[in-house]
Amino acid sequence: MKNIGLYLHIPFCKSKCPYCDFYSFSGKDAQKDEYTRVLKDKILSSISTLQNDSSCKSDTLYIGGGTPSVLGAKNLATLVNACNSGFLTDDAEITVECNPYGLDEDFFKILYDCGVNRLSLGLQSAVDSERRILGRLSDRNQVEKAVNTAQKVGFNNITLDVMLGVPNQTEQSLNETLDFCISLGVPHISAYMLKLEENTHFYKNQHKYSFPDDDLTADLYLQMCEALENQGIMQYEISNFAKKGFESRHNLKYWHCEEYLGLGPSAHSFLDGKRFYFDRDFQAFMNGNSPIDDGFGGDFTEYAMLNLRLVEGLNESKVLERFGHKIPQEMYKKSQIFIDNGYMTKNENSLALTRKGFLMSNTILAEIL
Amino acid sequence: MKKQNIRNFSIIAHIDHGKSTLADRLLELTETVAKRDMTEQLLDNMDLERERGITIKAHAVKLDYKAQDGETYELNLIDTPGHVDFNYEVSRSLAACEGAVLIIDASQGVEAQTLANTYLALDHDLELVPVINKIDLPAADPDRVANEVEEVIGLPCDEAPRVSAKTGENIGAVLESIVNLVPPPENNDDKPLRALVFDSVYDSYKGVIVYVRVMDGKIKPSDTMRMMATGAEFTVVEVGYMRPNAMEPQKELTSGEVGYITASIKTVSDARVGDTVTTAENPASEALAGYRKVNPMVFCGVYPADGADYENLREALEKLQLNDAALSFEPETSGALGFGFRCGFLGLLHLEIIQERLEREYNLDLVTTIPSVIYKVHLTNGDVIEIDNPSHYPDPAVIDYCEEPTVEAHIYAPPEYIGAIMNLCQDRRGVYVNTTHLASDRVDLHYILPLNEIIYDFFDVLKSRTRGYASFDYEMSDYQRSSIIKLDVLLNGDIIDALSFMIHSEKAYAKARRIAEKLKDNIPRQMFEIPIQMAIGGKVIARETVKAMRKDVLAKCYGGDITRKKKLLEKQKEGKKRMRHFGTVEVPQEAFMAVLKLDDE
Repeated sequence: MKNIGLYLHIPFCKSKCPYCDFYSFSGKDAQKDEYTRVLKDKILSSISTLQNDSSCKSDTLYIGGGTPSVLGAKNLATLVNACNSGFLTDDAEITVECNPYGLDEDFFKILYDCGVNRLSLGLQSAVDSERRILGRLSDRNQVEKAVNTAQKVGFNNITLDVMLGVPNQTEQSLNETLDFCISLGVPHISAYMLKLEENTHFYKNQHKYSFPDDDLTADLYLQMCEALENQGIMQYEISNFAKKGFESRHNLKYWHCEEYLGLGPSAHSFLDGKRFYFDRDFQAFMNGNSPIDDGFGGDFTEYAMLNLRLVEGLNESKVLERFGHKIPQEMYKKSQIFIDNGYMTKNENSLALTRKGFLMSNTILAEIL
Repeated sequence: MKKQNIRNFSIIAHIDHGKSTLADRLLELTETVAKRDMTEQLLDNMDLERERGITIKAHAVKLDYKAQDGETYELNLIDTPGHVDFNYEVSRSLAACEGAVLIIDASQGVEAQTLANTYLALDHDLELVPVINKIDLPAADPDRVANEVEEVIGLPCDEAPRVSAKTGENIGAVLESIVNLVPPPENNDDKPLRALVFDSVYDSYKGVIVYVRVMDGKIKPSDTMRMMATGAEFTVVEVGYMRPNAMEPQKELTSGEVGYITASIKTVSDARVGDTVTTAENPASEALAGYRKVNPMVFCGVYPADGADYENLREALEKLQLNDAALSFEPETSGALGFGFRCGFLGLLHLEIIQERLEREYNLDLVTTIPSVIYKVHLTNGDVIEIDNPSHYPDPAVIDYCEEPTVEAHIYAPPEYIGAIMNLCQDRRGVYVNTTHLASDRVDLHYILPLNEIIYDFFDVLKSRTRGYASFDYEMSDYQRSSIIKLDVLLNGDIIDALSFMIHSEKAYAKARRIAEKLKDNIPRQMFEIPIQMAIGGKVIARETVKAMRKDVLAKCYGGDITRKKKLLEKQKEGKKRMRHFGTVEVPQEAFMAVLKLDDE
């Protein structure tokens, strides 16, 4: 008996944001209904296969995208119900990503009633001038209204996405955004430093914007970590912060290198030591194409790479339990210079990156792994 | 073939005026190459040449042409390299000809190299066949250009074919002009053999293929050929003509003809360009004029980026040397770069070509050090040592004085650029000799310049300051006493021996500051702060700091796409491998290159 994570990808968005390279497009209503039907069938067949092979259940469900909320509450409920038919555990964490634009009380009610217990809202910034550059359709007041409505309906586990390194962002403007989040009383915040991904509007037009440089972005990051922790919203991953008990259980599965099944175009899976994914191709998925093999996963390097994203870091006893050996001495040796200079910490049972180390994690991982 | 029906010619032109394209058309029109076999610019058969659009080494090809007079002519096209590093090869190619096709671009008109090449051709008494090319361009003005050629060069252009090598328009007229204007070679079949070597190429099956123009006498297989400069003797295996895609063996080569000789020669240094071939059976009493052994003048360290490639690098250099008598190399060791080779080159282009060939043809990743010339260091005990490597530079306390090599340089340019050229030469520590007015719009500025001031980029800067109108030629002169010192680069307190170089003391401070800045710009920020210091002896004269990097993180984990993240990590590790490690400091190859190219701006 094992518990995996379940991820559903909803590839629709009202419009494409200039920084986003996730797989999405603006679909027609009929397409959305059709997709819901196909995805639902896929869920049911996958569940039955999984349950036949092993007594497998799922204790997290994450509906992401794209923008799942554009699918409409009814379709979302259909999908949640499909998963829920005996496959989700009673205490499962069920998250839906939403764009706060145009969501009313009914929407939240339907989700709440079908068992959704966690909402992820894309705020990005509470400064309207920044929101416009980021292509957000709503203004700050609409986000506030959406959060208040969701809370009224009964959602207490809400997370907001915040972005660092937005064009024209300053320490003051970031403070404004953080104050806004804190004032709404949400228990979880994801704060991502903007990365210019190829094939995005920002990447192709980067000369037209004034992005904060790496030094300023690093300063903003440290400022944010402190400001949130002062409010009891503690960092637990490079880009994630939560009040105690509100850490994202689904995302922790990725970082703990645990198993998950992803359904929908571009969704990735890790099951029985194998990684595979559905192509970034809507029609292929609708046609029932099989996922693409992505090789074996879960070796020590991968495990370390993922766990070192977490504040708790790499745990000696967990490594021993999973791999039958301790953290290699060689890795401690290579880490020493970073430990000596405040980029990493080591105690009896773990090796972890500090905040300063998180900022340099690519360099450090390339060095020690 | 009757001597009267032979025409030996080169094509000369300013860069980009269409030399290689015209050559292609001539080959096509004489059906020497079937059209389907044509790759663009067939004569430039090294990748590098095709990419850079310049011809590095000379090549030759024989074309058969049935002219309007009904006679069939043998046209020998001898291609010439187009850069000052290879001026000597150009002069030997021209010496093998009776005529030269001078191409002038119908919109650009007479340019610097048009003139320089014209003078070079006239030095060899060649008959010039002017051709106005690119008449298909919208900006073409053949009448104006024809006038310009007559006025500037004094070459009548009424009859000059006006062509488009690109479209093939009127190319036939060029062939007719060659037949009508270029004189046939003399018949000297009865004299003892004298054949001029204008190129030689190593072939793994036949040994060295020696490209020659027979001036006097005859040569055939089984003759004992003798190289007059070296005295080396070989038994001739094969002689013949060069066709674009094949060699065509013949019974003999006779005076006036252009062709090849093979004789199981192991290395091109046994058949150097400019040497005279005669026979041991009936030797000529005197060699043809103009032989010069070309010696390397620029030296630098060449190191494999990955130490494991050392043997591969040695093999690659050995192979290149088979084909390039001017390349020299010997092993050397650097504290910073490990095991590598000290290599000698004709000039900076030659260096770049060798480097690129090593990287491309032999798939090697290289780090090269700052080029140097050979200095003569006089020690207090009276000894004189020759230094081409800064790391062999002795302790300043035992040095009496230094001497550096100089060149006699001639710069040809329109008079309006005299000021700019004088500034440049002054800046390069040049000593002015005199000015000669060649024509109303052409002067020859004669300077003595230190060789180390012209090896990096002198030609490029000269061209840019004179909008391409100046041409430049030099020959080695004597050594002169000079205040040369060694400048060291320290990263994080350690001397990086591979970055040390020798320089005139007056220029040390400015150069040190610029190098420090350049290194700062080209060494990526790393985990820890890196102090950069420039020092003479132990004295720091410039410093900069590369600040510590603050941010290098993948904030988002791409949902469950762990493979993508893993690939990024692999890429990052791969990138690290390409860096040179000095203690904890990583220096990318580009930083070395940036220092090397310092004078480009």
